[in-house]
Amino acid sequence: MSDRGFTAVAGIDLPLGERQKTLFPSIAGYLAGLFNGFFEWFGSLGIFFWQVCKAVVTPPYEWRELIKQLDEVGSKSFPLVALAGAAVGVIISLDARFTLSRFGAKSMFPLTLVYSVIQVMGPMITGLVVSGRVGAGIGAELASMKVTEQIDAIEASAINPYRLLAATRILACVLMLPLLTLVADASGLLTGWFAQSLVEPLSFHRFITSGFSGATFNAFVPPTFKTAVYGLIIGLVASFEGMRTRGGAEGVGRAATNSVVLGSLFLILADVVLVKFILVVFP
Amino acid sequence: MATTYDIAGMQEEREDSGHAPVVAVENLHKAFGSHIVLNGISLSVSRGETLAVLGRSGTGKSVLLRLIIGLEKPDSGAIRIHGQTIVGLGLDQLSEIRKKMGFLFQHAALYDSLTVGENVAFPLRHHRREMSRAEREDCVKQLLAEVGMERDVDKMPSDISGGMQKRVGLARALALKPEILLLDEPTAGLDPISSGEIDELILKLQRERQMASIVVTHDLHSARTIANRLALLDRGNVVVEGSFEDLQQSNIELVKEFLKQS
Repeated sequence: MSDRGFTAVAGIDLPLGERQKTLFPSIAGYLAGLFNGFFEWFGSLGIFFWQVCKAVVTPPYEWRELIKQLDEVGSKSFPLVALAGAAVGVIISLDARFTLSRFGAKSMFPLTLVYSVIQVMGPMITGLVVSGRVGAGIGAELASMKVTEQIDAIEASAINPYRLLAATRILACVLMLPLLTLVADASGLLTGWFAQSLVEPLSFHRFITSGFSGATFNAFVPPTFKTAVYGLIIGLVASFEGMRTRGGAEGVGRAATNSVVLGSLFLILADVVLVKFILVVFP
Repeated sequence: MATTYDIAGMQEEREDSGHAPVVAVENLHKAFGSHIVLNGISLSVSRGETLAVLGRSGTGKSVLLRLIIGLEKPDSGAIRIHGQTIVGLGLDQLSEIRKKMGFLFQHAALYDSLTVGENVAFPLRHHRREMSRAEREDCVKQLLAEVGMERDVDKMPSDISGGMQKRVGLARALALKPEILLLDEPTAGLDPISSGEIDELILKLQRERQMASIVVTHDLHSARTIANRLALLDRGNVVVEGSFEDLQQSNIELVKEFLKQS
């Protein structure tokens, strides 16, 4: 209690000198907590990833569960990714036509659309859509299993949960993301061409021929296959968040949210590194 | 002050008499943060024996079972299964030992996306890969018949009652023919008739399979029915261990209080 009779919660009701003495340690403590939490999270993620890597390379292999997850991540994300890709194709088409017309470079339209969709928007939109759909699903499913002791039951049945639950989901994301990216790319190019054709007729053959003129392996293949890294991030973060959940329904909700938010954030941050890496390695 | 039995002495006695403990826990300590859950507990169970671990809520009974099956790691102390220390083993080494154990969780922990039959088949599908589908289905039917659930093979866990879920959990725990059975509150939350049925079932299985069993419960009636030995836990330690008659004759205040309240 302070001499004014107030309770000294975090130094709020103390004189300035006293308040500084109480506030600064509490702020320092808070920051130290954040700092510790940050490193603890990454440390735990590293250990989790190591357990998953060990589980992936050692038998028995969970083929049945992997096929189920490939279907879950791949086939069931197909319509959503195709739709998102289609929307992106139309947006780029409308925007590019307007911008290119201003500079008298309308002939560059096919090239602009193809490069924008395949190199930038296709991979990114696929990553974000899958992060939202699959990341949240994995996070919530595993978290729900964790809080109802189903993961403990798997472990008690002498089955490695990293192998059965995490490795299969992460592998499915890694394998399916590049394929889904191709779907988004194809869908985006198709709708982009269609949107352009409605305003100014352009044959599909001509669109493809000029769009891919001078296309090289380095221009298209690395941006598509970099999404395998997105898949790794989405699957890893979601599995990790799900399997470390504590605390009932609230914990499940938190795991689902964290899976999407952190997965999407790390995916965008990783893209910064990946773009630079591709430019250096595949000039 | 409560006096504890000479557990180490009792273990030596059992080993001398040819009943080597299947599960032995020695001087086990476990704390979560500053909260001490187990404080140097020692217990052992031999083949064909059922030990009931009693105590108030929060005295570390379930934690003890989770430590024995390796779902938690102790701060110090030893856990031996058939003489082999399990503390510090990797996940795959631990899995080999877990194949000899069956665990019934307090809330059954059935896989909610699988049917009753698939739940029971789950350990078989992973560890008896040589089994054909037909053999596995036969085995599942047999296990479900043992617990009186053979007609519910295609139902989902959400469609059956708590008592039925525990029966299915028990069938799943028995799927790999375990030598050790760990039961966490098998009758908790059940009506007296269902509790009695579960007790009868455990007794029947015990007679037929001669497993080493540890049953965590605060149901004294159930413990008396199914266990050869009882151990009362308080503040992370064994207050008294022995037969039900031993507990009745105990002068320890906590034991008297526990018997009176139960």
